[in-house]
Amino acid sequence: MAFNYDKYLRVNKMPTLWCWGCGDGVILKSTIRAIEKMGWDMDTEVCVVSGIGCSGRFSSYVNCNTVHTTHGRTMAYATGIKLANPQINVIVVAGDGDSLAIGGNHTIHACRRNINLNFILINNFIYGLTNSQISPTTPQGMWCVSAQNGNIDPTFNAANLAIGAGATFVARETVNDPKKLEKMLVKGFEHRGYSFMEVLSNCHINLGRKNKMANAMENLSWIDSITVSKKKWDELPPEEQMNKLATGILREVVQPEYTDMYEEVIKAAQGKRGKITQADFAKKI
Amino acid sequence: MAREVIGNGNELAAEAAIDAGARFFSGYPITPSSEVMHVASDLLPEVGGKFIQMEDEIAGICAALGASMSGVKSFTATSGPGISLKAEQIGLGFIAEIPLVIVNVMRGGPSTGLPTRVSQADIGQAQYPTHGDYASITLCAGSLTECYTQTVRAFNLAEKYMTPVFILLDETIGHMHGKAVLPDLEEVKASIVNRATFDGAPADYKPYDVPMNKPAVLNPMFKGYKYHITGLHHGHEGFPTEDAVQCEFNIERLVGKINTVAAENDGLDDLPDYEEYMLDDAEVCIIAYGSIGLGAYEAVNKLREQGVKAGMFRPILLWPSPAKRIAEIGAKFKDKIFITELNMGQYSKEIERVIKRNDFTTLLKANGRPIAPAEMVAKVKEMM
Repeated sequence: MAFNYDKYLRVNKMPTLWCWGCGDGVILKSTIRAIEKMGWDMDTEVCVVSGIGCSGRFSSYVNCNTVHTTHGRTMAYATGIKLANPQINVIVVAGDGDSLAIGGNHTIHACRRNINLNFILINNFIYGLTNSQISPTTPQGMWCVSAQNGNIDPTFNAANLAIGAGATFVARETVNDPKKLEKMLVKGFEHRGYSFMEVLSNCHINLGRKNKMANAMENLSWIDSITVSKKKWDELPPEEQMNKLATGILREVVQPEYTDMYEEVIKAAQGKRGKITQADFAKKI
Repeated sequence: MAREVIGNGNELAAEAAIDAGARFFSGYPITPSSEVMHVASDLLPEVGGKFIQMEDEIAGICAALGASMSGVKSFTATSGPGISLKAEQIGLGFIAEIPLVIVNVMRGGPSTGLPTRVSQADIGQAQYPTHGDYASITLCAGSLTECYTQTVRAFNLAEKYMTPVFILLDETIGHMHGKAVLPDLEEVKASIVNRATFDGAPADYKPYDVPMNKPAVLNPMFKGYKYHITGLHHGHEGFPTEDAVQCEFNIERLVGKINTVAAENDGLDDLPDYEEYMLDDAEVCIIAYGSIGLGAYEAVNKLREQGVKAGMFRPILLWPSPAKRIAEIGAKFKDKIFITELNMGQYSKEIERVIKRNDFTTLLKANGRPIAPAEMVAKVKEMM
């Protein structure tokens, strides 16, 4: 039976503002399917927080309490919502410009804190909404309106950045495979701690047109060509690893979650336990 | 029963926040405001509240706004450079109508300026902290007691008008350690204002469908009332719009819900918007606020000892200013008005705007040092 998305969507906001063939729609649908799998109640258990850019509109299409924040600050708003309401499932959606450039600081510190936010990074390798300026993931040598002679800026490997910053769940999938994408989202939603879920998506309009992939299929094929499963990636020689992004679960470990630890702070403040000391943590430095 | 406590202004502001019902603080360390954070870190978890030190000033206000959106009374504290960094988010607070108390313990600027020294140079910044059109509410504490009472008031105004509210301290008053007489705790609790809520059917709920000059009605999240919060211009349900009529209405309402309401009701609540000291029979009026007001009491006393009938007018609600009373003072004291402040005349400009003259005398200082009563006395005597 076909999946009925209506109860999760603000159907009167359809059609979306996204361009024809944009991967954001695939991510929206996969997210809804993952929420459904989790059995979360949209009335009382879910908050979707987004930033600025095409992905910023994501929150306005989902039928729950939603927040469309300022550019780059998505994670910080979400941190406040989560800490104040630890029982709520908070989904954060932001693009590569939002969360890796202007909001990079908030992203790495959310990873470090291991606060139970479900972060979906929509990485389309470009500032799409504002007409194709280079982002921290735009490949070198591509043409963008803010790199009129070709882009020389090196890229971030976003997932590696998250691993380096201490994220306890890090995974990457693409819009080319919605089933795998949905599976990754469910895994991330289930993870108790910060989940960094990178989704490679297409922007054939503002990345593709000037870089020889002017239609969605060409852009999606390029994404296919630069990705390989983690298992295969591990076996590649270093010079080939450099030009492929690994997909699948890249890191999954269990560490104390921030809002859980804050409950210990409350207990300590209320005299129900001693002060928090290094003995409370396996990791000492 | 009134309570006698010992503390500094920053500590009293933090204690007031918790007594006023705040259950969330997020911020970033900055001199000279950090004690607000220290006390919040200690006292909030005791009452089941949440405290978090964020990675920067911007995140410090974002998390507080996020918590407040969800329905939890929140505050942050900083000093001038921090306000500069938080500016964009304060704008989201204005347009999305999110209550928040922002404690600004003023130090010398611009830029890094004079981190450990006193100033009152953020008065103008408090009026217009961010881009766009809006109206700001700004209170200024003039004593240790007021660090407490005006912080409580700031929370009540934030909830009543659904907007960020500034409570200004300055380095002197923030770090001044001494005795303060605080109102009875039960009295404080009885005065608490909570934001209005919509109790009808969720399907009928439109948070921003309110008449001109009225604040939005934002229900707590996760209780079945699903809506959208955005920093974009929005319609009745909170969803983005560029409709010209709606956008015009939005801005007129944001400004009107504070400025028009204050003008029509002579203030925003029933509490005093200013204090007057020995002003009834005075021949010269000293206008001062914040810690400089403390020196001005002494100046009034000294001047009277020396035969000069001086009095003081000390605004507490700086924005919107108590314009009606300022105009009366302008008419009564003519050119015998003496304004003293720790900046290059930021509030003097407001007095000039209201009384439509600039024949007053000023004593201004912007070097990080306070103004001694003797300096005020000497300057007033030159006027007489």
